[in-house]
Amino acid sequence: MFDFLEGYDVLGAFWMTVKLTALSAVGSLIWGTLLAAMRVSPVPLMRGFGTAYVNIVRNIPLTVIILFCSLGLADVFGVTMGSEDFKIQGFRLAVLGLVAYTAAFVCEALRSGMNTVPLGQAEAARAIGLSFTQTLWLVVLPQAFRSVIGPLANVLIALTKNTTVAAAIGVAEAAYLMKTMIENEAQTLLIGAVFAFGFVVLTLPTGLILGWLSKRLAVKR
Amino acid sequence: MSSVLYDTPGPRAKRRNVLFTVVFAVLLLLLLWWVWLKMDEKELWASAQWKPFTESQAWTTYLLPGLADTLKAAALAMVIALPLGAVFGITRLSDHRWVRGASGTVVEFFRAIPVLLLMLFANELYARYTDVGSEERPLYAVVTGLVLYNSAVLAEVVKAGILALPKGQTEAAYAIGLRKGQTMSSVLLPQAVTAMLPAIVSQLVVIVKDTALGGVMIGFTELLNSRGTLAANYANQIPSFIVVAIMFIVLNFILTSFASWLERRLRRSKRSTGAVLGAEDIDDLNAAEVGGAHGTGAVGKT
Repeated sequence: MFDFLEGYDVLGAFWMTVKLTALSAVGSLIWGTLLAAMRVSPVPLMRGFGTAYVNIVRNIPLTVIILFCSLGLADVFGVTMGSEDFKIQGFRLAVLGLVAYTAAFVCEALRSGMNTVPLGQAEAARAIGLSFTQTLWLVVLPQAFRSVIGPLANVLIALTKNTTVAAAIGVAEAAYLMKTMIENEAQTLLIGAVFAFGFVVLTLPTGLILGWLSKRLAVKR
Repeated sequence: MSSVLYDTPGPRAKRRNVLFTVVFAVLLLLLLWWVWLKMDEKELWASAQWKPFTESQAWTTYLLPGLADTLKAAALAMVIALPLGAVFGITRLSDHRWVRGASGTVVEFFRAIPVLLLMLFANELYARYTDVGSEERPLYAVVTGLVLYNSAVLAEVVKAGILALPKGQTEAAYAIGLRKGQTMSSVLLPQAVTAMLPAIVSQLVVIVKDTALGGVMIGFTELLNSRGTLAANYANQIPSFIVVAIMFIVLNFILTSFASWLERRLRRSKRSTGAVLGAEDIDDLNAAEVGGAHGTGAVGKT
């Protein structure tokens, strides 16, 4: 029944999806945290930059961003991301686009997490003489992170699904393989079921594990 | 928040802030300068690159029809997904276990699948099993994909909207002798829809953004796709990207502003119950929130 799978590297395609997700998740967590720090910093210019970045990037379709990375950055500007190989380049450009896009959502999630930290704590931190950076890094951010595991899990699941957009620039991940298979094979329904199942397998445990973690780690107030 | 993390700056902090501002400004300017140089190098500031956008032809042949297709797909998807979402949202709250379970499974399933896969699948299905012409097929496929995903998301919104209403409303409706269906259709649903309006409008932003998927992958002639044709015609890859990105930003910014205006207005109005589902709540719902790990902001646990 599943003999149409022969000759296709389905697991390899999903492994590519996982790699895209993992790298983009780490990148967007770092960039998103930096953006969130900028948005609450005492320097107006940084705040302005953070706000502008989030509002602009959130309103552009991810497809436009990823396509721009490939057709604009790579072809016109000659950004090669340190590789001449077309395949590796496509992968890295896709990660770049996903990080740029997802970081805006990570930033917003973190900022809402910072709002859950009681004002008194930041005041107390300043009262014992901590600087802005110390207050943010030692008092506010650790609690903010714990309270936004739930929203961040949603961002991660959305990111997993968004990696399919990388198919638009030829990265051989799940959606790309599905497109190829669906065109060549007759079992449209079965192929659809296999890929749908793959994504359920990827997102279901993520949601369950992080949901459990968010309950466990949430700061009880 | 920002005022809590730091004191009103004294002389030293002021100097430091100025220093940071200068350093950050220099870094930003360096980046902009690099981009400018690169664009200059590729002669992207030449008037030939930008001139098409000052003439009506580029707009009437490419950009405006593309925008029209984007809006058409988004509007169709919204109009079909909303009643479907209402049905799924209501059945998720059904008293019968199997109805609840069935619609819950459908909703969770379609929220876990990427929209792109749904579109590809629908496209192939229409090509094989129906006689939809190849002209209209991309539109059908895009709308199908968007409807399946967004009706699942809207089902959660409807559910949250109904649960956010005070319990007394249902009790009062039963007390004056309304049946279950009547309570839902004439008491709960109208109020829930009002409370959901901001969330529904901001979901439109997601739909508008997702139409671009159909442009690249299944040849739907929406804005991003027409950009490709335009760039091929005038050989202005980067400028066309910039113009299309700005069009998307403006369109979505209008929708976002409208949603938050609506939210403020609804919160102010005396007739509502005070339960409003805003744009913030729907951000949480958009990703597949499996197993209902946490509440939806406006409401608690079910």
